[in-house]
Amino acid sequence: MTSSMLLDLAPLVADPTGLDSGDTAWLLAASALVLLMAPGLALFYGGMVRSKSVLNMMMMTFGSLAVISIVWVLVGYSIAFGDDLGLGLVGNPTQYAGLSQLMSEDSNGDSAVPLILFAVFQGLFCVITGALVSGAIADRARFGSWMVFVSIWTLVVYAPIAHWIFDFSAGDHVGGWMANNLEVIDFAGGTAVEITSGASGLALALVLGRRIGFGKDPMRPHNLTLVMLGAGLLWFGWFGFNAGSALGANQTAAVVFTTTLLAGAAGALGWLGVERLRDGHATSLGAASGLVSGLVAITPSCASVSPVGAIVMGAVAGVFCALAVGLKYRFGYDDSLDVVGVHLVGGLIGTFGIGLLATAAAPTGVDGLFYGGGVDQLGRQLLGGGAVFVYAFVVSGIIGLVVDKAMGFRIDEEHELSGIDLVIHAETAYDLHATAGARSGSGVLGGSAASREEER
Amino acid sequence: MKLITAVIKPHKWEDVRVALESVGVTGMTVSEVSGYGRQKGHTEVYRGAEYDIALVPKIRLEVVVSDEDVEAIVSAIQASASTGRIGDGKVWVAPLDSVLRVRTGDRDDAAI
Repeated sequence: MTSSMLLDLAPLVADPTGLDSGDTAWLLAASALVLLMAPGLALFYGGMVRSKSVLNMMMMTFGSLAVISIVWVLVGYSIAFGDDLGLGLVGNPTQYAGLSQLMSEDSNGDSAVPLILFAVFQGLFCVITGALVSGAIADRARFGSWMVFVSIWTLVVYAPIAHWIFDFSAGDHVGGWMANNLEVIDFAGGTAVEITSGASGLALALVLGRRIGFGKDPMRPHNLTLVMLGAGLLWFGWFGFNAGSALGANQTAAVVFTTTLLAGAAGALGWLGVERLRDGHATSLGAASGLVSGLVAITPSCASVSPVGAIVMGAVAGVFCALAVGLKYRFGYDDSLDVVGVHLVGGLIGTFGIGLLATAAAPTGVDGLFYGGGVDQLGRQLLGGGAVFVYAFVVSGIIGLVVDKAMGFRIDEEHELSGIDLVIHAETAYDLHATAGARSGSGVLGGSAASREEER
Repeated sequence: MKLITAVIKPHKWEDVRVALESVGVTGMTVSEVSGYGRQKGHTEVYRGAEYDIALVPKIRLEVVVSDEDVEAIVSAIQASASTGRIGDGKVWVAPLDSVLRVRTGDRDDAAI
């Protein structure tokens, strides 16, 4: 009762803003859904590595969640969504530093949703993008070096790219070059999230080098039930990611929700079809990877295609990503959990596919080549996707090399072989033996926890 | 007293257990193990890549028996574990100095 009385006082002051409660409610929920993608990704990735490195894999995601959220609020958001400093490349890094400028309702202008909520929603996109990168360097990266890398990467790689592609000019606010000058269509992050994570992952995989035994040892996933649960949570969260990008509870969100469902479904079928024909088995890892591939491809295109177009987009991504994950063996880069094969390739398919499959009947209102729109939009998409790939690859590679030079990025060979979890985090994920209490958890009859402590 | 150790194909384990029961074996120790013999490993295709798998999963069972039962038990294992294909496994017999049943303190043949 007390709280409702307090709320009753609010209308005494004229509402200075045009906030819409429905839109705001949906964006709040959608933001929480995007956050759920982080533990989803931790399970998806964690199940895919060997049992000796599952905790490190999950910690790279949770570490990204912790550090990126803070870096984003302090500076990242301003670089991405502050007023452009010229040429559409970066926003003013001090404009919203710390976000205290967005505490008051007056700061929302004519936005239907609070800008501080928009800032957090966008920050969670950066979290998931950064966490995705870690899949390329499973089993072998020093945790501290990863945390330093992903903090710098947030400011130097992700935030500028988000500015290019997501920051639309409005009123006297000037945004990024791709959104406003080139007019690339990327509804929810095929470039900023998918191509960026894939290109950054490829660069880091090259900086760190191959795992010991890469291409020789099978390195099969240690727990596919975690992988499938993680994939399911990612799909669930993806509704917040894509439909939330409508920034409102409206028709666009509903269309996007539909295309997101269908592309994930078609992606799973496409990947499984390739596996069944090529290898003879439909694997659970294939189903999980396939649905993610479809979701990756629909991320930029979810508001630009019809439901049937979404099925085509998802299926094509499922098929091509299934084939693309073999490239790392041909070219010899150890993209451990297929960030390149799934996110880069799927992101490129989705981004370029808009140029082909977009229909003016969809919310973005543009026709692609197959709908009589000519090659104009395809050209914009190719240029935008290509620019993001080159920038993310080069700059992530430079940051990776600097971090490696400054503090070392890779763990010792001995520790990599015995397992990164115990040496970096002093824990093991599974201790299923009756004698667990007397073990250090290394699984090779190590001394008791107490005696290890004394050794230090 | 003898220790009979058999390494067999996992899918034959239930057949072997039934066969051993029918010749009077009342207990055994069983473990899941991996290894290779003349069969070597094999190649597997996963996620489009081909791998050499060195270790093959097997079941190892150990039975402690009286000397006079050895022949019947070894024959029962061979009959029940055989598929005629490579990788059927091995059985070996080793002498034992002493056996103790912990609960009663029985020794040697009385403890079997």
